[in-house]
Amino acid sequence: MEALRERLIGRALLVVACSVILALAIITYFIFQAGLPIIVRLGLDDFLFNTRWQPAEEGGSFGIGAMVLGSLWVTLGALVVGVPLGLAVAVFSAELAPEWLSTLIRPAIQLLAGIPSVIYGFVGLMVLVPWVRTHLGGPGLSVLTAAIVLGIMILPNIISISEDSLRAVPAAYREGALALGATRWQTIWGVLIPAARSGIGASVILGMGRALGETMAVIMMIGNSLQVPRSLLDPATTVTSNIGLEMAYASGEHREALFATGVVLFAFIMVLNLAANAFSRRRLQA
Amino acid sequence: MTAGKTRRAGAQVAERIAFALIWTSALATLAVLAFIVLYILDLGLPHVSWRFLTSAPEEMGREGGILPTIIGTIVLTLGAVAIAAPLGIGAAVFLTEYTWESPVTRAIRFGAEALAGVPSIIFGLFGFIFFVTYLKMGWSILSGSLTLAIMILPTIIRTAEEAIRTVPNPYRDVSFGLGATRWQMVTSVVLPNALPGIITGIILAIGRSVGETAAVIFTAGTALNMPTSLVSPLRTMAVHFYILAIEGISLEKAYATGAILIITTLTVNVLANWLIVRAVRRHRRKS
Repeated sequence: MEALRERLIGRALLVVACSVILALAIITYFIFQAGLPIIVRLGLDDFLFNTRWQPAEEGGSFGIGAMVLGSLWVTLGALVVGVPLGLAVAVFSAELAPEWLSTLIRPAIQLLAGIPSVIYGFVGLMVLVPWVRTHLGGPGLSVLTAAIVLGIMILPNIISISEDSLRAVPAAYREGALALGATRWQTIWGVLIPAARSGIGASVILGMGRALGETMAVIMMIGNSLQVPRSLLDPATTVTSNIGLEMAYASGEHREALFATGVVLFAFIMVLNLAANAFSRRRLQA
Repeated sequence: MTAGKTRRAGAQVAERIAFALIWTSALATLAVLAFIVLYILDLGLPHVSWRFLTSAPEEMGREGGILPTIIGTIVLTLGAVAIAAPLGIGAAVFLTEYTWESPVTRAIRFGAEALAGVPSIIFGLFGFIFFVTYLKMGWSILSGSLTLAIMILPTIIRTAEEAIRTVPNPYRDVSFGLGATRWQMVTSVVLPNALPGIITGIILAIGRSVGETAAVIFTAGTALNMPTSLVSPLRTMAVHFYILAIEGISLEKAYATGAILIITTLTVNVLANWLIVRAVRRHRRKS
C-alpha cells in the first residue's frame, strides 16, 4: 500500500515537472500556428527584408526589414554600452572591491534587475531623451537613447554570470601569474578574463537576448518610426516595439503579420538560448 | 634605466589607468541605480497621498487614485503564484529527490532554461492567442494569472532546486534510517529546511509579476474597473503607469504611480535579499 502510494507520488511529480516542457511546446505551437501561414504566403525573404510595413486587414504590405534593422542596431548598441561596463563591474566585485563593498554590490545589482522595464523606459524618456535632443541633436527619441538604457538594463545579466565565472577561476591561476611577476591588472586581463571567457560569453548572449526581447522600455524611447534609421540619432522601431504597439488594435491579416513577427523573434531567441547553453556547457567541461 | 624597468613602469601605469576605469564603472553603476530610484521617488512621492492609494481613478486616471490597479496587481500576482508555486516546487522536488540525471531531467532543465529566456512580449502574444482567444477566457484575471504563472515558473523551479540541494544529505539518511518513506522525508525534512530559499524564489517571482507589463496588457486587459470575478478584465499598476506615461494622460499621476511601483518592487527585492543572507548564514552555521 505504502509502496504504491510512493510510486504514485513519484509519477505525479514527474508529470508536474514535465509541465515546463508542455508549456514550452504549447507556446511554440500556438505562436507558430498563428504566425507561420503568412510567412509562408509572403516568403521568408520578402517578410524579413522588405522594409514596407503598411498594415491593413486585407491586402496590406508586410515587410519587417526596418524593424529587424532597428532591433539589430539597438541590441548592438546595448551590448556596446553594457558589456564593457558590466565586465568592469564584475571584475571590480570579484577582484578589486574590499569585502564590504563587494557584499554591497551584489544586492544592488539585484535591485537593478528588479526595477520594472516600464520604469527604465520612463526615466529614459524623461531624462535621457531631452538630454540627447539638446546636446547631440535630433528628436531625442532615437536608437542611441534606447541603446543606452537597454545597455543599463542588461547589466545585471552580464555582471552576475561574469562575476560567478571570474570567481570560479582556480586560485592557482592567479597565484601563478602573480608569482611570475605580472601586475594585478596583467593577471586579470591576461589570465583571469581568458580563463572565464565561456561564462562571460554566455552572459553576453543572455544579455543580448534580454535586449532583443525588451519591449515596453523601447517603445517609450525609440520614437516608433517605420523609417530605416540612417544614424544613431534617428528614431526607429524594433521587432518587439512594433508588436507591443500594434497588437492593441490589429485584426485579420495585420494581426497574423504581428504573430509572424513574434515567430521571427521567438526563433532568434531560441537560437541565442542554445548558444548560451553551449557556452556554459563548455565552461562545465573545462 | 633598463628596458625591463621601463616595461615594469609602463605596466604599472596601465594598471593604474585600468583600475581607475573599473572603479569609475562600478561607482557609475551604483549611481545609476540610486539616480533612477531617487528620481522617481523625488518627483512621485509629493503626489502620493492616502486618498491616492484608496480612491478610484477618474477621467482615465487624470484625476483620482489608483486603488483598482493596486487590487488588480495583488489579485493577478497572487493568482500567478498560486498556480506556479506548487508546480515549480513539485518540479524541483522531482529533479532533486525522485530521479537521477537522465535525458528526462536534461529535457526538463532545458525547458526551464528556454522558458526563462523567452521575452515577455512573446508570453503576451501566447497568452492572448491561447488563453484569451483559443480557450475563450477573454481579457481576464484568469488569462493574466495563467500567463504570468508560466513566465515565473522557471524562477521558482531554479531557486527551489538550489534551496533543496543545500539541505545536508545526513538529514535525509537519518530520516530514511527512522523508517520514513521518500515522500515523508521530503515533506518533513527536506521542504521545511529548504523553505527560506523556496520563499526567496517566490518573492522574486512576485517582484517580476508586479513589474510586468507586456505579458499582462494583452492577457488581463486595461479595464480600469474594480475586478469582480475571475473572468473580469483588470489593469495592474505597471500597465496603468505605462498608459499614463505613453498617452500623456497625466505626468503627475504617472510619477506618483511610478513611485508606488518602485517602492513595491524594491521592498520585494530587499526582502528576498535579506532572506537569502539569513539562509546562507544559517547554512554556514550548520556545516
